[in-house]
Order: sequence, then C-alpha cells, then structure tokens
Amino acid sequence: MNDENETFDLDVLREMFRSEAYDLLSELESALLALEASPGDKEIISRVFRALHTIKGSGGACGFEAIAHFAHEVESVYDAIRNDKMAVTREIINLTLAARDQIAALFDEAYKKMPAESEVTQQIIDRFKSVLPEGVAPKVKKPAEAVSAAEEPQETYRIRFRPARNIFLTGTDPQLLLDELRTFGTCRVVAQLDDIPSLEKLDPELCYIYWDVILTTSRGLNAIKDVFIFVQDTCELSIEPIDIEGVLSEEHGYKKLGEILVERGDLSPVDIQEIMSKQKRIGEILVENGLVNNDRVEAALTEQQHVRDLRKNRQKSEEITSIRVQSEKLDKLVDLVGELVTVQARLTQVATEGTSALLMSISEEVERLTAELRDNTMSIRMLPIGTIFNTFKRVVRDVSQNLGKSVDLVLRCADTELDKSVIEKLHDPLVHIIRNCIDHGIEMPDERVARNKPRKGTILLSSAQTGSQVHIRIEDDGAGMDLDAIRRKAVEKGMIPKDAEPSERELIALVMLPGFSTASKVTDVSGRGVGMDVVKQAIEALRGTIEITSRRGEGTAITMTLPLTLAIIDGFLTRIGDDHFVFPLSLVDECVELNAAQSEKMGDRDLLNVRGEIVPYIKLRHRFGIQGERPAIEQVVIAKVNDFRVGFVVDHVVGGHQTVIKNLGKMYKGVDGVSGATILGNGSVALILDVPKLIQTVEREESWS
Amino acid sequence: MALTSITETTQFLTFKLGDEVFALDITKVREVLDFTTVTKMPRTPEFMRGVINLRGSVVPVIDLRLKFGMTKTESSVNTCIIITEVTVDGDTTILGALADSVQEVLDLEPGSIAAAPKIGTKLKTEFIKGMGKRDDRFIIILDVDKVFSTDELAMVKPEESSGAS
Repeated sequence: MNDENETFDLDVLREMFRSEAYDLLSELESALLALEASPGDKEIISRVFRALHTIKGSGGACGFEAIAHFAHEVESVYDAIRNDKMAVTREIINLTLAARDQIAALFDEAYKKMPAESEVTQQIIDRFKSVLPEGVAPKVKKPAEAVSAAEEPQETYRIRFRPARNIFLTGTDPQLLLDELRTFGTCRVVAQLDDIPSLEKLDPELCYIYWDVILTTSRGLNAIKDVFIFVQDTCELSIEPIDIEGVLSEEHGYKKLGEILVERGDLSPVDIQEIMSKQKRIGEILVENGLVNNDRVEAALTEQQHVRDLRKNRQKSEEITSIRVQSEKLDKLVDLVGELVTVQARLTQVATEGTSALLMSISEEVERLTAELRDNTMSIRMLPIGTIFNTFKRVVRDVSQNLGKSVDLVLRCADTELDKSVIEKLHDPLVHIIRNCIDHGIEMPDERVARNKPRKGTILLSSAQTGSQVHIRIEDDGAGMDLDAIRRKAVEKGMIPKDAEPSERELIALVMLPGFSTASKVTDVSGRGVGMDVVKQAIEALRGTIEITSRRGEGTAITMTLPLTLAIIDGFLTRIGDDHFVFPLSLVDECVELNAAQSEKMGDRDLLNVRGEIVPYIKLRHRFGIQGERPAIEQVVIAKVNDFRVGFVVDHVVGGHQTVIKNLGKMYKGVDGVSGATILGNGSVALILDVPKLIQTVEREESWS
Repeated sequence: MALTSITETTQFLTFKLGDEVFALDITKVREVLDFTTVTKMPRTPEFMRGVINLRGSVVPVIDLRLKFGMTKTESSVNTCIIITEVTVDGDTTILGALADSVQEVLDLEPGSIAAAPKIGTKLKTEFIKGMGKRDDRFIIILDVDKVFSTDELAMVKPEESSGAS
C-alpha cells in the first residue's frame, strides 16, 4: 500500500468514525450524569470506562493522537475507580464532564475546523492528577503492573474467541490479542482447527482458526473484555467465568461439564440432552434429600430467572442492532418517496377517469404500496425524543449549579418518536425554555422553603403523541408568570395601549413577541430580550404551535405541538373557484355545510351555530380575494387549534390527500396563511394553508379594527 | 455601471412584451416553457402571478408586463414562461418570467451595446444592463438579478408587516 492510499484510508476511516465519535460523547455524558446520581454503581462506572476506552482506541486508530492521549489520562482515573482504588466524587464528575467537553472541542477542531484551546487539555489533566490518590499515577498502564495476585482473588475464565473470517483485512492480528491475554496470568490457549478447509479451497487472507482459552487471572472480566474491545462487534466472543469465588460459580456451575464435552466434540448436543434428561436437576436432588424444601428451590429459581432476564434486557438495550447510514442518503430517499407519492396521485387520477378495471386495480395496489413505503421511510427517520431529552440533564445541572438553585429534571415518555430533522431543530428552543424555567421560574431554595414548597424545584419534561402530532410539555413548579409585571412592561414598551384590558391568554402571548423580557436584570442565562420570540419562530418554522399557561406561585407549563414529520403530511384537499387548498388533516375537526339562509340568520357576523356551539368562521374566498360566483351551498372546514375551533369557508371539499410538502422558496417566504405548496394528481399546484397563522392574523386584524 | 459589465460577444435570448423587444443574458436562462396554469398566491401583488409545477418543483412566476407598468399578460399560443436562474442575496433561485413571445438567440458585440439612457425607457435605469442595436431596432437588455432582487419583490412586505409579528 503506498502513502497516498494510506492517507485516503485514514480520511475514510475518520469520516466513518465521525458520527460514532459524537455518539460516544453523548453516551459518556449520560453515563456520567447517571453516575452522579448513583456514584457506587459498578455497571455505570464501566459504561464510563468503556466510552472513554473506545474514544481512546478508535480515536487513536483514526490518527487523533491528541484525543487518544487525553482520553487515556482520563481513563486511568476511571480504571482506578473501577478497581476500587478511589471513590467517585462530585469533583471528579465535574472534571470528567469538562474533559468530555474538551474532547468534543478536539473533535470539532478535527471535523469542523473550529480551533480548540489546547491549554485547557493540560489544565484538566493537571487537575485530574491532583485528585488522584497516592500511588495511582495516571501513567501508561503496563500489564506487568497488574495488581499482585496475593491481594486480588484469582478467577478462571473460559474464553472462546472466533474472529470474523476477514479479520486480517481490518488490520487486526489475533495473535497479538492472545499475547495480551497471556500477560494477564496463567493461560492455556488451544487453537481449534476444524474449520480449516482443504488446501485448494483455502484463502490465505482469511482466518479459519478459532481459539479456546482458559485463563486464570486477577484482572477481572472487564480487563479481558477490553482486550477484545475493537473486535467484539465482528467476532464471536464468549467469556465465561468457570471458577470464581462468589455468586457466579453456582449459576454457571451445573452445566459446565456438558458444555466442555460438547465443545471438545466428545459428545453431540443431542447426546448430552438425552443424558441430561435422565439426570435429575440439582434442585430435585436437593429436595429429595430433604436439604431444602420445594418452595425455597422455586424461589431460588425465580431469582435466577429474574437476574437472567435483567441481564438479557440490559444487553438488549446496549446492543441495538443497527447500521449507520449517512443522513443525506435518507433525505434523498424521502425526496424520492415524495415524488413517488406525487406520481401515484396522478396514476390514481388517470385510473379513476379511465374505464379499465385492470388499471384501476393496479393503481389501487400501487397506492397501498406507496402508503406503506411512505410510512416505512418516515419511520426510518424517526428518533425517540429521549435522544435530546437526555442532553438537557446536563443543561439543568450546569445552569442550576451556576445560579445556586437546586433543580430536578424529570423525564416522562421520552420514547415518543419524531422526525430526525424536527428533533434537531427542537434542541435550541428547548434548551432556551429550560434555561428560562430555571432562571425565571424556579425560586432560590430558601425562598421555596418559605413558600411551603420542597427545596428542590422540579422541571417535568414530557411528550405524547396524538395522531400525527407530538406534544411536548415543559412544566416547572416555580413562581409562575407575573401577569401584572407583563402588563406594565407591555404598556411601557408601547405594545398595548394603557387602557387595554387584555385577557390572561393575550398577556401571556405578549411574552412571545420580539423584544420582551421581564427579568429585571440581564443574567448570563437569560433575559437579553431575545428569547421566547425566537423559540416561537423556531416552533412555527416546524409547523408547530406553542402555548403557555401559568399560575402565579404554582408554576408555568409550556406546551409545544409539532407535526411528526416535515416532508409528507396527510392533507385535506378543498377547492375554491379553480384553486385548490390543503388543510393539514391533523387540524381538521369536522366539516359542515353553510347555506345562504344560515349565514343570513347571523346577519353580518361570521359566526356559525354548530350543534349549539358558536364557531367563528373565515371566508377564505373573500380573504384570498378569489373572483367568481359563490356556490349556493358552501362547505365549512372546522379546524381546531389550541382547543379553539374556527371554521374556514370553501366551495367544495375534495377529500383526503397525501401531501408532499414543497417549499415555496424565498419569493413567497412571508406570505401569510400559506405554509407551502404541493402538486396534485393533474400536475397543478395546490397551496397548503397555515391554519394557526391565518387565525392569528385575522384575530389581530379584528381586534385592532 | 451598466456598460462595463458587457465586454465580450455575448449571447442573448430576445423576447417581446407588447411590441417592445427585450433580452436576457442566455447564461441566465434555464429553459423556456409554454404557458401553463399558474396558481395564484393569495394576498400578494398582482405582478407576482403565482407558482407553477416545474417537474415536481414549485417555481414562482412573475408577470414582467405588470412589473414594467404594462397591462396584464394575456395567455395566447405564443405566451411563454422563461425559466431563469436569478441570484438573490447571494443565493441562486429559479424564477419564471412571463413573456408575450420568445424571439431568438442573438449574438451581440460589445460595440453594438450602448449604455442605458437615463430617461425614455419608462423603466428603472438599474433594471437595464444596456441597449442593444440590431438592424434599426433597439433591444433592452435586462439585468434579471436587479429586476428580481428582494427589494423589488419585497413589495409584498409593506402590506403584511402591519400584521406580522
């Protein structure tokens, strides 16, 4: 391989590592936060260690020496913790979080060409060194330095290592792995040769051999796993303790012999099963001999089953079988599906107009498949919203520590799924809201106690799905909004006239206008006057709505309602004159007829009586200035936005329509009432209505006139 | 500024609005379409005729006649939509311009292009890159980027900004 080739490979490798790197960083962060909650949990400590170790290893393999070196220093600390040489303290977690940020900065430097401050790295390392106890030097850990056998219990493991056939192609030499194992303690390696084919079929670039290793060591299971950390995804690896002082031996002990024999090929699995069925289980023997009674055995078995299930679950959640795909490829796929949906609409139209029954049935089949394909494609892009919820734990922790407040973040229903692009765009608004909650909402601990509230404030972040919409709710149990202060401020800024009597809802809505901030002092965290208006814009750009409710002294709740996806929606097609308009189906509540007599009865007012309920309506024909005769019977599409029902008068209702959303582009960006366009089966363009915006504009215009 | 921008022989697409002949730099033209149904956008100025479906993309269409103070373009067999690539605020966008008819592709030497007169064209001077001479006729060479600049199209805004937040 020449040099050029090598650099090329390194670049490819780095690019492949890119998303993994950021995943590892977020895994590290969530593990650290979990560790803070339960500092003694061994499992979490090894999660931290594993993340650091992989960053070190993969980073090093991709040529990020600085990152690898740094991660190594941090990892040493966790190695000490893992081996009970030191305890987890808040300081260590703070330091490690800082280290995580620095590693992120180093990755950013490499990938996004953003310079990272190199001296920070050294500072963090120095501080780590200062917290390390004597004798645990964060130096390169040599195998020979392994803790002496006298102190630590010796454990024996059976390891079967069957590398992937193409292991040599990845540049790994299994021999080196085995050599590393040998340094751990007494070790017997048996190479299993039964997979080697005859000479003419043998490909010298493949690895046919697998190994059984019996290893007695004091280094522990983790150390053994670490040896295989880079190959574990591709190889078949089983590490089983066969002689350990402690609990494990009993659980695994009874099937030891049979397994060994089967492995050695002395017995076939069938034979052993036959024998085993004749043999009595240990529990039965115990009961027969009167050593324990039946119930106790049952209880023990239940416990065993429980632990097994638990382990299985844990394993399942850790290894989600997945493949990594570049998001651009997915975007392209969604585009293509969008075009397919458009073509399918045309096909359906042609089929309906024609007389061929055969064409009709084909068209129906295509329609069904397209809908399925669409749903599947969309679901590929769906991510549980928990993926961003977790990053907020860090935000809450940092901000509340900064402000000297004590805040708990409670997450509920974090498995609601949302389109990836929506989730990404939600991050900043949510961070902003959460910062606001902590800064303005939650009071100082003493103040809270004085008000008979628990010292610790709570922010509840929950999500739920209804139909094609997702609701995200952020609630705090803080001070709530000061309506009088909002009113004063609004008058002061000339946003409302002095003598206006705005309702509570209107007052709260003012908070989301640009340039509004009631915090008397501008803090580092919030209160710079850019805030809720930016949040509102961001949410509206996602075709969502946002609503705030607040009770003085009890807290504030912010509810965001968002569409599941941005690319394709279920629409409701209507017609006015020759123009077609699409309502997002999720907003449509019902349709009623409007005949001339009925509208006359109400006189001049645009109000409709729907089963006793008064529903205001907007005449779209009038609003959009569409020429032509109104039909005798018009249709009213009643939409529901934030529990507020408004009718929209159209000429005809066409029906449901799979709507591929097309951007209107720069030219028509500011057009109010229209959020996009879509292409109909006959090739003409229909406009997608921005219902909440329409209602808002009309509301505002009427309140001013 | 207008004249200096044309220093070598350039190809232009000429088209008619009423009796007048206009020209666009051919590198700005993507394709020419027959007139199709244009979907009107509500509450926008009349010269912005609406949007069309260009093989799956939604493309805005502008009525140049209205933009230049003439009467609205009436659809006839010769009516065309010239799809142009316009650079607006540094971004390239695709726009359609309505023309009564498309004439030809024309080579013009820098020598046969004169600066735009300050008065007499009834158009904003900055819309005009230059005046081409062809036989006895004048051809108005348009600067599409200027005609379709956001300032020009932002005429939608004043109507709205009263209500926009």
